[in-house]
Amino acid sequence: MQADGATPADSLDTAVLRALCARHGDAPERLIEILHDLQELAGHVPEAALPVIAEALNLGRAEVHGVASFYHDFRRAPAGPVVVRLCRAEACQARGALALIDEALEQRGAALGETAADGVTLEAVYCLGNCALGPAGTVNGRLHGRLGADRLERLVAEAFAEEEAR
Amino acid sequence: MTVTLWLPGDSAAASVGADAVAAALLNEAASRGLELRLRRNGSRGLFWLEPLLEVETPAGRIAYGPVAADDVPGLLDRGLLEGAGHPLCQGPTEEIPYLKDQERLTFARVGVIEPLDLAGYEAQGGLAGLRRALALTPAEIVDAVTDSGLRGRGGAGFPAGIKWRTVLEQPAGPDGGSKYVCCNADEGDSGTFADRLLIEGDPFLLIEGLAIAGLATGAGQGFVYLRSEYPRAIEVLKRAICVMEQAGWLGDDLGGSGRTFRLEVRRGAGAYICGEESAMLESLEGRRGTVRAKPPIPAVAGLFGRPTLVNNVLTLAAVPTILARGAAFYRDFGQGRSRGTQAFQLAGNVRRGGLVEKAFGVSLRALIEDFGGGTASGRPFRAAQLGGPLGAYVGAAQLDTAMDYESVAAAGGLLGHGGIVVFDDTVDMARMARFAFEFCEIESCGKCTPCRIGAVRGKEALERILGDRDLARNLALVEELCELMADGSLCAMGGLTPMPVLSALRLFPEDFGRAPAAAAE
Repeated sequence: MQADGATPADSLDTAVLRALCARHGDAPERLIEILHDLQELAGHVPEAALPVIAEALNLGRAEVHGVASFYHDFRRAPAGPVVVRLCRAEACQARGALALIDEALEQRGAALGETAADGVTLEAVYCLGNCALGPAGTVNGRLHGRLGADRLERLVAEAFAEEEAR
Repeated sequence: MTVTLWLPGDSAAASVGADAVAAALLNEAASRGLELRLRRNGSRGLFWLEPLLEVETPAGRIAYGPVAADDVPGLLDRGLLEGAGHPLCQGPTEEIPYLKDQERLTFARVGVIEPLDLAGYEAQGGLAGLRRALALTPAEIVDAVTDSGLRGRGGAGFPAGIKWRTVLEQPAGPDGGSKYVCCNADEGDSGTFADRLLIEGDPFLLIEGLAIAGLATGAGQGFVYLRSEYPRAIEVLKRAICVMEQAGWLGDDLGGSGRTFRLEVRRGAGAYICGEESAMLESLEGRRGTVRAKPPIPAVAGLFGRPTLVNNVLTLAAVPTILARGAAFYRDFGQGRSRGTQAFQLAGNVRRGGLVEKAFGVSLRALIEDFGGGTASGRPFRAAQLGGPLGAYVGAAQLDTAMDYESVAAAGGLLGHGGIVVFDDTVDMARMARFAFEFCEIESCGKCTPCRIGAVRGKEALERILGDRDLARNLALVEELCELMADGSLCAMGGLTPMPVLSALRLFPEDFGRAPAAAAE
């Protein structure tokens, strides 16, 4: 969804955003749902979209900015074609998650939250509810358990192949 | 004859290859000309056996696990469809000791039926609680909940009946009745997965519990605040709501009673703090998930300022059983002031991780050793964290603690949502204490200073301790900060972060550069 086929943020025109808000009845209490939909459409929540949403919902720009920046889910910049989210909460730590994360980062010379040269965006997540099957993580939204370095890299390669096929 | 096979479609099983096993089974069956029916249930919660494949035989369901896609041809060769022996065969599912030794009330149907099969749900006792509730007055429903001794399963353990009665007694709004029921399904605690397991495996039970809560409190609208990390649970619950609407168990004429109860799912957005009830209400109103000062309590002024019942998934899911089988039946499980069953969740470094529903009072040792089989690594057990990231660590000396609200509190911990995260002897408890502060730093809503700043300073002090710098001063600083956070924070985020920190420091001082705790302690 975050891939090349996604709508470039800058060209997300006002009409599309307004339609998106209208689908939620322009209801301010549905702002989080609207931002989720926007991120699914555009791959991230572009800054330029916020004033349009604010106007449609009759909210202040600061309020919309406040919500978009409060929740960890909302990405303010585009991610790479493959997004890997690895759990670093206690239960996964007990199964060696931190070493797994370090290895994935080191191999790519990137830090958490960054997009590496190979196009993988590696993010931390705190609990995916798969705590008996750790280390757990997601690759492009799909949940995986009993992760090790080799399996993770295989899943990343599969995700790239899938992206290419699309 | 067509043979029926069951394979979980829930996200835990899928995370270890269940969908690939399903594809392999269907392919192999097609090429061999076998007639089989593959049904997708929820997970039984025996996660070390996932993907757990079951075959229906005249002698009941026979389990095989953990099955990989590559195992499928061999399994079929050796008589899978007849339930024949195989190294992966676990025997009759219901006879697996881990399952047989449980007392499953809330989770009785999970893994047994297809999650969206309403007829199957009813055949297994579903809807009996709601039917019973429809024949009672709101006050009678509340009485049943009160008499059952049910306490909030989200962590605080507040008596559910008192909360329900408070909402019932609030006057309806000028529009004739805008009260709300909000289900907190923001299960963000590491080591917990029971809400997800239930919603993906038996969503009708939660909906039934919510509908009963609506009838009892006079609320016409319910919300389920479900975390975005659980996309499959969101999808299953939304579909289950449609099925219940079509069957007339939600909507304007609930079960033909003329009463209205509508239900909507709202996605979270990755903020742990939204598991705190007032932050959840803010989020449901479309705002930043910052906590509200109390009073007023949500039961008086909650969502949009209206009287609101906020309960955890497992609290609401216990209610249909209480209505269907009576308050006394439920109350007979458990001990002391902890009545009924608790969904214990074994996670982390444990050999047999999964869900264990037992009456309150089972010992921690029985859970970790008998059910869990000890550590997954085979190394000695060192610590377990009870009740999520804000819960205390315990060591081997606490293993005989009875798992009920009061006993765990007496041992210096919190039962919380029933999560148990196991660590072996390679764990560095000073690092876990540092992580507790770090987690609080990342997830603090920022509203109150003790939490927002205390977490950062605490993490820094622990880093100096880990670097062996100025030990005495930094340890004193950590203890002082913890006292301040516990006393001065607005909610449990800052207020309970000291729990894991101080319990680690007390039980494992050697990891913090102090002398080991005396054996007598």
